[in-house]
Amino acid sequence: MEIDDFIKAIEEEFDNLNPGDVSPNSVFRDMEGWSSMHALIFVALIDSKYDVLLNGEELKSCVTINDLFDITCLKLNGGAAKA
Amino acid sequence: MKLFGKIRKISYYLPGPPLSIDSNSNNRYYASQDEIGSDLAFKAVLKLFNEYPEIDKLDIDFLIVSTLVLDYNSPTTASVLHHKLGLSSTCGTIDLPQGCSGFLYSLSVAEAMISAGNARNVLILLGEVPTKAIHSEDTVLRSIFGDAGAAIVVSENNTKAIGKFTFATFGNGFDFLKVERGGGRNPIDKAWLNKYSDQVNQLPFGRIEMNGLEVLRFALKEIPGFLEQTLVKNGLTISEIDFFIFHQASALILKSLQRKCNIPEHKFISNFEEVGNTVSCSIPIALETAAALGNFKKGDKIVLLGFGIGFSCIGTVIEW
Repeated sequence: MEIDDFIKAIEEEFDNLNPGDVSPNSVFRDMEGWSSMHALIFVALIDSKYDVLLNGEELKSCVTINDLFDITCLKLNGGAAKA
Repeated sequence: MKLFGKIRKISYYLPGPPLSIDSNSNNRYYASQDEIGSDLAFKAVLKLFNEYPEIDKLDIDFLIVSTLVLDYNSPTTASVLHHKLGLSSTCGTIDLPQGCSGFLYSLSVAEAMISAGNARNVLILLGEVPTKAIHSEDTVLRSIFGDAGAAIVVSENNTKAIGKFTFATFGNGFDFLKVERGGGRNPIDKAWLNKYSDQVNQLPFGRIEMNGLEVLRFALKEIPGFLEQTLVKNGLTISEIDFFIFHQASALILKSLQRKCNIPEHKFISNFEEVGNTVSCSIPIALETAAALGNFKKGDKIVLLGFGIGFSCIGTVIEW
């Protein structure tokens, strides 16, 4: 699992994002027009692409795209309790 | 002779005109100020009797009503609608207020009544006014829900047209989606009405409260496996199904479940953009809309899958 694929999937999922808009250090809550619905889109996307279901606490602990990627990898590899 | 139930006719009523809620052609319908769920159900069934004069209301021998805003805590809203419709005095009546799973729960009871030889024609009436329990500042809920009524007649049939049902309940999720102050546990009081004095009618039926993340997690975690259980129970595989109609919960949940369950887009029926989430009415409206467009041919196998408040799940496969 590569972060480039992760970022590409995010950029494809959101209509208002273009390739190159997102970097590992992007603070996702600073995205234009951010709302609670965007958080749900992230959860659904990560679940459909990686079969990892994040919970509220995990989501709250993430600030950057890289944080989301790391926690997804951790859960994917069984490093955290399964959802 | 074995008896089976079959969905004979469906009519629905949308309190118009539709209001556009965004720039993506999403429409929602809103009941008028003095209408509640049973009023929309009543209009739907009058439409059904008008559209299908071959259905004699005196042949209805069981009435099931699902609505989240009952006319009274008791008697049943089914009794009230029985009177308004002038149904036979030998007709049984029950309420089955099971939210978004309400239609399929009602269908399972209708099928059981007919299969057991206890009824020949069951009328299911659904009426929902979720928009009356949404705070004006709850923009996500406002974008999801719409009001509607639906009427369905299930009649006896010589061949099996409604498959086996699967059920699931995750009661530990009841608190994540509920109508706060909607019942006896924590009734509406003066303080509540004062708090919402800025709202139309002061939210007299309570307020829908939803933890969107937990509802999404429930759907993603439980529904794919539940679909599989429904298929296995009916001796079918996903490739043998012609169409899938899930409860029209939200655009995100529908899109995510379609992906996760690997359902081809052309088999996945959705009318969420046109009417939104109409609670118990959503599956019959989607079913009838697709049927009216000529999408189904005789013998098609259609998965119907309801889920929502409770959390509850119910699934079956019907043959068109």
